[in-house]
Amino acid sequence: MAVDQKDRRKERIDRGIKVRSDGVYAISSWLEISYLVAPRLLFIVGLLAAPILLLPVPYWQKVLSIICIYSLLAISFDFLANYVGLVSLGGGFYIGVGAYVAALLNMKFNIPIFVTIPVATVVGAAICTVVFLPCLPLRGVYFAIVSLMFPLLAARVIEALDIFGGTDGIVGVDGFSSTWIEQYLLIIAVLAAVFFLRRMITEDVGLVFSGVKDNDQAVKASGINITKYKALGIFVASSLGCFGGAVLSHIYMWAGLSQFALDFSIIPIAATVIGGGGTLIGPVIGCLILVPVSELLRDFGTLRIAVYAIVLTLFIVYKSEGIMVYASRKYEQFERWVSI
Amino acid sequence: MEILIYGIINSVTLVLMALGFTLVYGVSRLPNFAHGALYVVAGYLTWIFMNRLGLNYGISILAALIVTCLIGAAMYQFVLIRVRGMPISEIIASYAIGLAILEGLRWGGLKGSTFTLPPFIEGSVEILGVSVDFQRILVVFIGAFMMIGLWVFVSRTRLGLALKGMAQDERAALTLGIDSDKMAVVAMALGSGLAGVAAVTLFPLGNIVVEAGYNVLIMAVAVCIVGGLGSWTGAVLAAFLIGFAQILTVVYLGAHFQVVVALIAIIITLVLRPSGLFGRQKELEERV
Repeated sequence: MAVDQKDRRKERIDRGIKVRSDGVYAISSWLEISYLVAPRLLFIVGLLAAPILLLPVPYWQKVLSIICIYSLLAISFDFLANYVGLVSLGGGFYIGVGAYVAALLNMKFNIPIFVTIPVATVVGAAICTVVFLPCLPLRGVYFAIVSLMFPLLAARVIEALDIFGGTDGIVGVDGFSSTWIEQYLLIIAVLAAVFFLRRMITEDVGLVFSGVKDNDQAVKASGINITKYKALGIFVASSLGCFGGAVLSHIYMWAGLSQFALDFSIIPIAATVIGGGGTLIGPVIGCLILVPVSELLRDFGTLRIAVYAIVLTLFIVYKSEGIMVYASRKYEQFERWVSI
Repeated sequence: MEILIYGIINSVTLVLMALGFTLVYGVSRLPNFAHGALYVVAGYLTWIFMNRLGLNYGISILAALIVTCLIGAAMYQFVLIRVRGMPISEIIASYAIGLAILEGLRWGGLKGSTFTLPPFIEGSVEILGVSVDFQRILVVFIGAFMMIGLWVFVSRTRLGLALKGMAQDERAALTLGIDSDKMAVVAMALGSGLAGVAAVTLFPLGNIVVEAGYNVLIMAVAVCIVGGLGSWTGAVLAAFLIGFAQILTVVYLGAHFQVVVALIAIIITLVLRPSGLFGRQKELEERV
């Protein structure tokens, strides 16, 4: 929306290398290549270098792992909400399922850690998909409410039936042999998730996904089974969450009820709103900002939840596009005032 | 006999919790996820007015209700009005406000068992061999009174009819000169007031705790979804259904399962009959 101030308005022009649509560029010099590559390289190299830079402060290395787990969840939320059209508030459910599957495999069958994580990712995602299957016809608010109920329900059921260790959880899960493996596993997972999903949404599957989001009747009319695609979307998204959960249970060497907690549902959403929905990188940036802030506020107890609830409200009401969308607009466009 | 009496009491409790939520949603299609927070705020304010300012019980209840109404109206007027029509943003924004209020209160020291409200009338009475305290009987009466009062309000008064018009067809109501934003503010204030009424009636039965906010929200959502969002008859019926189901599970399975019942009710309803018991056709389109 152009700001009309008496007799001038702001004009926005794309930089010259952009051709017609997003993702197509005409490049003619190294400068222009670097212009395109620099921000992406900054993101990748920055993330990869983070554990080394944080070497003097081991506490913040741990925080980095948590950031990555939240990032995975936030990416999956962003993907589901903005590309498949399912707003899933049940991030805690994915984490919990992944954590419990990994912990059970490890404790009951003594399966080593590098088998439990991939198995928990796939099996956990399959469990999540099957559980969500009956709710897939629901839309918008109603799907959101049901998905919010699942982590609560799972925690209550485990508590009431006293299965899987009940309120104590499963204690004594194997830990990682070194923090390097733990951190690089997570960082590579985040990078892979971002770039894999970015590629996926431009493929044919991605087109169907956005069709399901924008007009599911039209997709149905072209003879495509929308439930199948929604299930596929849930599977992809929940496998990210389950992977995070499995790694989390190995980091804490414990799987318990708090892994179904509301934190895992709220922070990723807040991160997506703040970072910018629909960009896939935005959620990671949001997590990079939010999680350290909430760590700093840890001394204040529940005040930190109140703080990021307020930040979330302010962003969603006054700046709903988010940081990433705002920044890339500033980066890709010239702005100037023209007189009318 | 016990099951019948406590079932009725539990059901009316649920009705009280859900009335405000269903009123706001019915009129302005705004799922007010800060409902639970308003509930706790009303109870806490009553406590403050009584114990910190030394006011009389009745006056502090009245003052707390008025303040809660104003908070609800302000919340709509200054924040939620900007995200009207974007369902997901509405949910996230109202939920975040509720979260901020609840966790802020918890941080501010609202925990433990120091915060209690006295019952309106002490003592208990035997009904058909079951001993029931007066407060629970009052809950039933207040619940019934609120239901009837609300029904009279929406079908007999000018303002109530305007609200009903908004609920049925917003566009038509606009052409008849009903200001939809003003009505939504009124509905929000009324809904918050109803949450407040529920709070002051129910909190004397236990402590004022933050967790009550989350529980009330889950229950209100459960009742409204099972009954069909925005349908008042449906909400009352659903409250009785869930209320009795809960008492039955508590008696036969154990207290742990009480909340599980509500959650399962939501899921089953949405999966089998997405429009709820009394939802209309139009709502079905919105949902599926």
